[in-house]
Amino acid sequence: MAVDVHADPQSLGENPLIEGLERLPVPATTLTIFGATGDLAHRKLLPALYNLAHEGALPERFNLIGISRREMPDDEFRDVMRAAIEKYSRRETDPTVLDGLLGRVRYVGFDFADVASYAKLRGVIEELDSEGGGKLNRAFYLSTAPEFFPVIVKALREAELNYDPDVDVRCIIEKPFGTDLESALELQRVVERVFREPQVYRIDHYLGKETVQNVMAFRFANFMFEPVWNRNYIENIQITAAEDIGIGTRAGYYDQAGALRDLVQNHMLQLLTLVCMEPPASFEADKVRDEKVKVLQSITPPTPEEVRQCTVRAQYGPGTEGGDDVVGYLDEEGVPDDSRTETYAALKLEVHNWRWAGVPIYLRTGKRLTRKVTEIAVQLKPVPHLAFQSHGSVGVKPNQLVLTMQPNEGVSLSLGAKIPGSSMRIRPVNMEFLYGSAFMSQSPEAYERLIMDAMRGEATLFTRNDEVIAQWSIIDPILKAWAADDEPLHSYESGTQGPEAADKLIAPHRWRGL
Amino acid sequence: MEDHWLDDDTTPGKIEAALRRMFAERHKEERAYVPARVMNMVVIADREFRGEIENRLQRVGRFHPSRLLLVLVEPGRTRLAASVRVGTEDAPKSGSISVGRERVSLLVGERHLRKLDTILDPLVVTDLATMVWSPHGYPEAVDELRTLAQIVLIDSLDEQDVPRALRRADSLSDDTYVVDLAWLRSTPWRERVAALFDSPRRRPDLKAISGVHVRHREDSLTAGLLFCGWLSSRLGWEPGPVTQGRDRRSGFAHARKQDIKLTLTPVEQDAPGLAGVTIELASGQAMSLDRAPGGLRAMRRERDGTERSWTVMGASRGEGGILGEGVRQALLRDPTYRPALKSAEAMVV
Repeated sequence: MAVDVHADPQSLGENPLIEGLERLPVPATTLTIFGATGDLAHRKLLPALYNLAHEGALPERFNLIGISRREMPDDEFRDVMRAAIEKYSRRETDPTVLDGLLGRVRYVGFDFADVASYAKLRGVIEELDSEGGGKLNRAFYLSTAPEFFPVIVKALREAELNYDPDVDVRCIIEKPFGTDLESALELQRVVERVFREPQVYRIDHYLGKETVQNVMAFRFANFMFEPVWNRNYIENIQITAAEDIGIGTRAGYYDQAGALRDLVQNHMLQLLTLVCMEPPASFEADKVRDEKVKVLQSITPPTPEEVRQCTVRAQYGPGTEGGDDVVGYLDEEGVPDDSRTETYAALKLEVHNWRWAGVPIYLRTGKRLTRKVTEIAVQLKPVPHLAFQSHGSVGVKPNQLVLTMQPNEGVSLSLGAKIPGSSMRIRPVNMEFLYGSAFMSQSPEAYERLIMDAMRGEATLFTRNDEVIAQWSIIDPILKAWAADDEPLHSYESGTQGPEAADKLIAPHRWRGL
Repeated sequence: MEDHWLDDDTTPGKIEAALRRMFAERHKEERAYVPARVMNMVVIADREFRGEIENRLQRVGRFHPSRLLLVLVEPGRTRLAASVRVGTEDAPKSGSISVGRERVSLLVGERHLRKLDTILDPLVVTDLATMVWSPHGYPEAVDELRTLAQIVLIDSLDEQDVPRALRRADSLSDDTYVVDLAWLRSTPWRERVAALFDSPRRRPDLKAISGVHVRHREDSLTAGLLFCGWLSSRLGWEPGPVTQGRDRRSGFAHARKQDIKLTLTPVEQDAPGLAGVTIELASGQAMSLDRAPGGLRAMRRERDGTERSWTVMGASRGEGGILGEGVRQALLRDPTYRPALKSAEAMVV
């Protein structure tokens, strides 16, 4: 019998056994989490690691070292970790897998600034290498308060943990990467003195979300949209990240950050780049990131005068949330009475390149708005000539394409359709596609994908240094202009669409209703 | 929330009309109703085992296909009976979509199986992929659907005549995409074996493999052969016959520079499929994986005889999970199954 075999696939240099496998091998790794007892680790990182273990997606050899300032024995940390996983894992835990994972866990408690203590960490890593019969790749996950990022990075160099000739060493840095352009540049200077750029994985967890990645799939896997995806057919683009809740117990963080730093500088600019980028030649990390950076660099940082014209900031006042009366931002617990931190930000930006010249791109984000939704609405231009009668109907509306990231992930396209009857009257109808009804599998959490990609050295879904600096270059002038501006902040009633000033910003266009 | 329609003596046209009407009514009542449009799934089963099949599909959970056409065969039956259920599993929630389920159960006799395509054709959602699963046999009914369906879900372990099981899978692969549960059960094993050789340091060892020993449940020889077939096809080996010895099957595959001894040993275990795999190198090194609580127990033996073992974590998917994975895989394409199947066939000639 003739057998369908390949001609010496091993000579290709690639592992011939990975063809056809959905889950690619991940190199043996010791992952060290700084801030392992923090909120992010509890809610996201540790459950993500469990889910990877459950699916058999962790490397065949894997160790986890938790680090935080508090001293505690390994077993106590394991108990803490078990509780976090049982509470926050997206799937019910399998006791044998969870025990197996906890068996790979060590804990080291020390002050991040105490350089001498990093020798302890080094000792544990080497001990684990020795137990495993050889050196494992090293990944350091910085999930601490941002002021410790440079401290930890420098200390890793002092302890000579930043490089090893025999294995890959990677550094995963949580957001925020800086709080303004200057601090981002300073952090970058520290990072690049210790790590080469390919070793650095800056997290923006939005990029790990399936629906955000689907923006690229939608644009570059469907031929029908590309011909209209430009200034000739698109009137404006609106990117919205609205929340219906207030700041809760996060006053300490939020009042320092504000809406612009919290969401616009990172997540919303990521969405903007995905919508506006040119098709990359391939989905290699640097090819994708090159195209994203080009978009950011095509947005001219606004002058102080332009900031006044093209931005709106506001704070939520009293109102309602889910039918209950709620207090305004200044009356929230922990918020200073004279706080000028914005809970709402709206921006009008333009991408100055051949494809997008003249197309306004509106960004808005806010807390305590009518509804929780993250979406990109692409408003097409109206038809050039209207042959149909318009009386007795709402008439022909321009097509609108809406990519919804949450809560109902999907794509919706509005079309004009004839109203049944004897006259030719038109009204808009929606053609909807919902991921929930087309893919009934459960999506992994963003952090599962990102942790695995970082361990594999796959950087596409991480923010590169020039990308993060380009983001801050757009946002920094706005922060500075706002800081220098002593005009009273706009206010909006909780549970509404936002401040009236935002309507003026977008005129003659209109915000899509939340 | 579910609407139900029933007819004891019906036609495909009447069933299709009922489906359309019920869908419109459901949508009128519930604006958030969205029919789950993943694919058409045709299941052919003995009527007396209806409960068992429904339980298996229930465990598939969220991977459940959009339109389920359950063809229940009742010996001697002459009239076509049908029941249609359209609705949602969960009560509608404000601000959320209600994912709809459409289920058609057909009661047929053997005579209907000969023209099953003409009965089912009007009932499948056009432009959606159609998958057929016939866990109780009825190959003639599956053959009737080979133009209507693009995907056939099989479990090669169901057929104990191993050469026949492999030939059948191969024949179906000629004009449909075959999802073989026997193959999917080995996915974690293939992933882990691929990982064992993934580091650049270990990659050259692939050329030095001198023996593969597969341990499998007694009724799962096909799974073992598919695994050996996978290694053969991926590594460019020419597979030779694997013959039955006293307590195991063995044979050789031939690489450019060496022969590789293949051994398949039946062992006792509850779960169908593989129980363990050992890969030996000419240097005396060996790697093995065996089922263990919470994952697979891995062992590596070095040239000097030192052994090291550890657990590769991973939860068992269970048979419900395997079926769910089969449904999910229906819309993907694995280019390595057919070459593995061809190699496995070459081993049992």
